[in-house]
Amino acid sequence: MLSFVIRRLAVAIPTLLILVVLSFILMYAAPGGPFNSERPLPPEVLANIEAKYGLDQPFWKQIVNYVVGVVTQFDFGPSFQYKDRSVNDVIAQGFPVTLTYGFWSFVVAVTVGVSLGVAAAIKQNSWLDYLAVGASIGAQVLPNFVMAPILLLIFTLWLGWLPGGGWNGGQWQFLIMPVIALSTSYMASIARITRSSMLEVLNTNFIRTARAKGLPMRRVIWRHAMKPAMLPVLSYLGPAFVGMITGSVIIDVFFSTGGIGQFFVNSAFNRDYSVIMGITILVGTLTILFNLVVDILYAWIDPKIRY
Amino acid sequence: MFPNKAAVEGVGDAMQLAEVKGRSLWADARARFFRNKAAVVSLICLGLIAAFALFGGAIAQYENDYVDFSLIGSNAYLGVPSIETGHYFGTDSNGRDLYARTVQGTGISLMVGVVGALVAVIVGTLYGASAGYFGGRVDGIMMRTVDVLMSIPFMFVLILMLVIFGRSIFMLFLGIGLISWLDMARIARGQTLTIKNKEFVEVAVATGVHPIRIILRHIVPNLLGIVIVYATLLVPNMIIFESFISFLGLGVQEPATSLGALINEGSRNMQFGYHWQIAFPLFFFVVTIFAFFFVGDGLRDALDPKDR
Repeated sequence: MLSFVIRRLAVAIPTLLILVVLSFILMYAAPGGPFNSERPLPPEVLANIEAKYGLDQPFWKQIVNYVVGVVTQFDFGPSFQYKDRSVNDVIAQGFPVTLTYGFWSFVVAVTVGVSLGVAAAIKQNSWLDYLAVGASIGAQVLPNFVMAPILLLIFTLWLGWLPGGGWNGGQWQFLIMPVIALSTSYMASIARITRSSMLEVLNTNFIRTARAKGLPMRRVIWRHAMKPAMLPVLSYLGPAFVGMITGSVIIDVFFSTGGIGQFFVNSAFNRDYSVIMGITILVGTLTILFNLVVDILYAWIDPKIRY
Repeated sequence: MFPNKAAVEGVGDAMQLAEVKGRSLWADARARFFRNKAAVVSLICLGLIAAFALFGGAIAQYENDYVDFSLIGSNAYLGVPSIETGHYFGTDSNGRDLYARTVQGTGISLMVGVVGALVAVIVGTLYGASAGYFGGRVDGIMMRTVDVLMSIPFMFVLILMLVIFGRSIFMLFLGIGLISWLDMARIARGQTLTIKNKEFVEVAVATGVHPIRIILRHIVPNLLGIVIVYATLLVPNMIIFESFISFLGLGVQEPATSLGALINEGSRNMQFGYHWQIAFPLFFFVVTIFAFFFVGDGLRDALDPKDR
C-alpha cells in the first residue's frame, strides 16, 4: 500500500512541474508583454519596470526563479494588472468563494446523484427509474453555461425569489443558484453511473445468496451491494471535481460571485499572465491531488486494483 | 460481436474478411440500430440540422454581417421574429439577422465537433493501438505520458493559449485536439491488448509482416466498432467544450460565430425581453447535443451487444 502511494506521488510531482514549466513557456512565447499599451512607455521607464519584475533576465533564469518561488514559498509573483497586489492576494480573495460553492455542489451532486441512481436501480423499469434516466439525459445536454441563464430567468426575473447575483458573504440565498447550475450535470452523470453499476452488482451471485438467505432488501443494499457499486462512481469523482472547479469560470461570470473564475477571465482579457498562471497552477495542483486521493481510496477499497 | 469476428474467422487478410464475412455483421448491427426508435429519430434530426447548417443560408434574407441600423434601439418590437420582415429568428442586439447567424453558428459548432472528434479518433487510435501492441516499456512510457497529460487542467491551458496566441479557429482546433485524444488512446489500448494475442495477429507476426502494417491492417480495423461509438459520443462533448470557450468570449471571433457565442449574447439580453435571442440558438444547441447522444447510445447498443 505504502509503495503504491509513493509510486503515485512520484508521478504527481513531475506532472506538477511539467504544468508549471509548460504555462511559463507559453507565457514567455506570448507576443507583446503586459506593459505594451496603446501609448508606448518611454524606454527607460519600461526598462525599470522590467527590471522590477525580473523580465530583463534570460529565459532560463526567469523560469528557475519562478519555479523555485512557487515550490518553496508558494509565491506566484506580483500581478501585472493590479499594481499593488500579488497573485497570492488575488487567489486568497477569490478562492474561498470558489471553494464554498464548489464544496456544496460536490456534496449535492454526490448525495442526490447516488440516491437517485440507487433508487432507480432498485425499482428498475418503474416511473422512478424513467424519471432518473430522463433527468440524467436532460441534465447532460444542459451544461452549466446553459443552466445558469435559465435559472436566472426563472428564479430572478420571473419569480423574483432569489437575488440575481453577488455573494454577500456566502448567504444561502446567494448560494442556491450557483450550486444548482454547477451540480446538475455531474449529478446526472453520477446517477447514471450508480444506476448501471448497481444493476450489475444486484445481478451477481453473492447478492442472490444474500437475498435467498432472507436478508431484507435494505440490508442487502447497504451491507453488500453499496461498496462494490460505488467503485465506478469513485473514479468519476476526480474528473467531476475538476469540472466543478473549471465550471467556476462560468458561475462567477454569471452570478458575479467573485470566485477565482472571475479573476481568471478578467486576467485573460487583460493579459495579466502572472494571475492566469497562478490560477492554472493552483487548479492543476488541486486536480492532481484530488486524483491522487481518489486513486488511493480506490486501491484501499478494492485490493485487486493495487497495481 | 464485431471487433472479434475476424479473429474468430481465423487466418487471412482482416480487411478482406470484413468485406466478405463481415457484411452480415454490419447488416445485423444496422438492423439493431434501426429498431431503436430514439436513435432513428435523432439521426433524422441530425440530418435536418446538418441540412440547416449547409443550405439554410440560401433562404436567408440578409447577410450574416449586415447591420440593420434602423433597428437599433427599437429591437424589442421591430426585431421580433417574423416572416414579413425576413428576420425569421428576429435580430440580435446589433441589428443583425439572427437567422443567418444561427445558420453560421450551427455550422461552426458542428464543424468543431466533427473535426475535434476526428482528431481524437485518428491520433488516439493510432497512439493507443501502438502502445498496446508494442507493450512492455514502450507501453509504460506512452501510457504514463497520457496519465500525466490527463491530470493537467486543459481548460485553463487552452484559455492561456487562446489569450497568448490570439483567438482563432485554428488555435481552438489545436487546443481541442490536444485534449480530446487522451481518452481515445486509453480505450484503444485496452482493446488492442485483447486483440493482439489472437491467431491472425500471430500469423501476421510469424509471416514477417512489419509491425506498423500489422497495426494499420489488422488491429485498427478491429477497433473500429468501439471507435465509432466513442466518436459519436465525443462530438457533443466537443461542441459543449467549444461553446463553453466561445461563451466566455474566447472562442471564434466576430463576425464568425458559434452556438456558444450566440447563447452568450442572448443570455446577456435576456432581461430586456429579447427571449428569441437565446431561444433559437439554445434550441439548436440542445437538439444537436441530444441527437448526438442518442445516436451514440444507439450505435453502442447496435455494435456492442455486451451492453444489451
